Amino acid sequence: MGKKLLLEHIDVPGIRTLNVYRQKGGYETLKKALTSMTPDQIVEEVKTSGLRGRGGAGFPTGMKWSFLAKPEGVPRYLVCNADESEPGTFKDRYLMEHIPHILIEGMIVSSFALGANTSYIYIRGEYFYVARILEAAIQEAYDAGLLGKNIMGSGYDLDLYVQVGAGAYICGEETALLESLEGKRGNPRIKPPFPAIAGLYGCPTVVNNVETIAAVVPIVKDGGAAYAQIGIGKSTGTKLISASGHLNKPGVYEIELGLPVEEFIYSEEYCGGIKNGKQLKAVVAGGSSVPILPAHLILKTATGEPRLMSYEGLSEGGFATGTMLGSGGFIAMDEDTSIVKNLWTFSRFYHHESCGQCSPCREGTGWMEKILHKILHGHGTLSDVDLLWDIQSKIEGKTICPLGDAAAWPVASAIRHFRHEFEEYVKAGHSIKDVKHYYRINHLPEPAN
Amino acid sequence: MPKVTIDGITIEVPNGTTILEAARMIGPEVAPPTMCYYSKLKTSGGYCRTCLVKVSQGSEKDPRPMPKPVASCRTQVMDGMVVENNTSAEIQEARAGVVEFLLVNHPLDCPVCDQAGECHLQDLGYEHGKSETRYDFPRREFEKKDIGDKIQLHMNRCILCYRCVKTADQVTDCRVHGVLNRGEVAEISTYIEKSINNDFSGNVIDVCPVGALTDKTFRFQSRVWFTKPVDAHRDCDKCCGHVRLWYKGDDVLRVTARKDQWGEVADHDGKTGWICNTCRFDKKNTSDWVIDGPSQISRHSVISANHYNSLKALKASIDRQKAALPHGEKVTLGHGALDPNNESK
Repeated sequence: MGKKLLLEHIDVPGIRTLNVYRQKGGYETLKKALTSMTPDQIVEEVKTSGLRGRGGAGFPTGMKWSFLAKPEGVPRYLVCNADESEPGTFKDRYLMEHIPHILIEGMIVSSFALGANTSYIYIRGEYFYVARILEAAIQEAYDAGLLGKNIMGSGYDLDLYVQVGAGAYICGEETALLESLEGKRGNPRIKPPFPAIAGLYGCPTVVNNVETIAAVVPIVKDGGAAYAQIGIGKSTGTKLISASGHLNKPGVYEIELGLPVEEFIYSEEYCGGIKNGKQLKAVVAGGSSVPILPAHLILKTATGEPRLMSYEGLSEGGFATGTMLGSGGFIAMDEDTSIVKNLWTFSRFYHHESCGQCSPCREGTGWMEKILHKILHGHGTLSDVDLLWDIQSKIEGKTICPLGDAAAWPVASAIRHFRHEFEEYVKAGHSIKDVKHYYRINHLPEPAN
Repeated sequence: MPKVTIDGITIEVPNGTTILEAARMIGPEVAPPTMCYYSKLKTSGGYCRTCLVKVSQGSEKDPRPMPKPVASCRTQVMDGMVVENNTSAEIQEARAGVVEFLLVNHPLDCPVCDQAGECHLQDLGYEHGKSETRYDFPRREFEKKDIGDKIQLHMNRCILCYRCVKTADQVTDCRVHGVLNRGEVAEISTYIEKSINNDFSGNVIDVCPVGALTDKTFRFQSRVWFTKPVDAHRDCDKCCGHVRLWYKGDDVLRVTARKDQWGEVADHDGKTGWICNTCRFDKKNTSDWVIDGPSQISRHSVISANHYNSLKALKASIDRQKAALPHGEKVTLGHGALDPNNESK
């Protein structure tokens, strides 16, 4: 049984309310931080813990915090990125919906550590009802003197606001999020300057994922060293994984980093194997942006070692035979899944969500989607597959923000590992109806023979 | 002062200079092309990705190369930085890719576009583009829109460089000009399609690198290479009054701001020489102006080549040869046939 730090009390009835949360030891960490620690000590604990950003990039949180510029007389901000829009990822929603106070406690502790007196939770528009839950929880915290002026008699003031976005994937990119929070069009900014120097309203700002901020609570509670004990190598602590797809038990799981992928998929404690006794075909391990891997490469690395769920474990082998932990959106696909159809769905998403600011992403995402649509319906040619490869290579690394990479990687990996399937669609041509997947994707009954 | 090496040429530049500005100081041979960057507009650049360069050494202190190509217009130089532009095959390929992306949804209606001949996208396409497209889907289309009674917006041609948005933001008083929608269907708009009642709104025509924003008083009047640019000035109480007149015969067909070597509005008295709408749209008589002399046009420009005269010379040459040859025999053109000064061929 893996250690649970964030979801320990998830099954306690009424944990959403302040009273029950406090009965389970809630806000004790805040008391400890405010009464017995200095802000620098908290930053040190986070550094010691080895906590890495849980939003996808995996940047060390303590290092990010220490980059924050601290000029005199300029306010600093902490912004929580709750714009969880990566297809396949729903861990933050689960956490905020059930234990909103762990996020709020994390926000207060982190804001104290960073010296911020105003903090924001930027939540995606589709999570409107979650925003209501958060607002209710924040109100409870204000009423109990945990927010506002002179928190717990420590002399520290903090105002916490929830801002609901309009529902754009791009606003999960930290600089686009800040633009949107300022009331502007959600276009990513050109970096540098990084938000740590000039972020919200031009002031130094730290943007962290929901799970990252929530993880600060157990780190401060038990100490960074204890947190660093959990996990493997540079992947310390626990991670929330949103498991979806053809699994017997999809859902949000808290795992200790370093868990073998095979155990995660097949053990009864976690996903309980593939639905209907079918074979695993492929896995997208960290949300739709990360490279897809075929079953043999997700279960074992290219060298035959068992693959582990950690930042390093999943990226072993580079993009040739590896992938990324990303945001932890674990999508499993069984043997009947069409990779081409799945890729088209992803590409359609990136086409729809491109902000249109820089040319490769604006034009390239739409182009890739159209080619995939063509191949999917039996009008493709073999040269279209090469063209797709060429287009993705001209998007990757050439754009302002990582959305371009996120659109290119799934295409590259699908062609790298499943080229035969594209060719199958192309060769079938107008007799596409002979391809097994055609019936499934078009919701037609399969012929009897 | 930091030293930077671009394509093997080292130059010392002031602190805070971007790679692109440093390259422009060296000269046009090493300067990366730009579609969205405009040195006269703050915060412009970074969008089109044509000016991508490879930084093979970050600085003297930290010689690691940058992992990805960077937008030279928004990246500041560091002491000891080594940049590869034209010398990097990787960058040339990336740039060709960007040109292809810019052109996939561009209507390529150069034969009927007023910008043809002075279009930056045309130049870029000639230099880095391919002769045929790999895009075989319908191109996106928008309705033509009027921005006031003097400017037309033809969104099909737009490459979303944001230059006009920045101009409306920084040069005119109140901003009613921006970008609507997202991604592939993003479009420039005045929000409610109403006119921009502003004396300097016409400058968006000058900053537009393509034919998306055109001068309605000049639309379909003439190809630019048939007109003759002349620098002139007048006393104007709103702007600097230093302009370029485009003549065809004795008629002034259009008035624009003066452009510098990089195709940007040139400085006048240390300030950017933006011109007002009165000078641009209403003063189209020679008597309104004091003529300064013929404009300097790059000899590589189609305007300078004056194809109109070349074609006249060519026709004369063909006619002469035809007359001398037996009926039905094909005319072969000798070297120099396109040179307007060459009367012998």
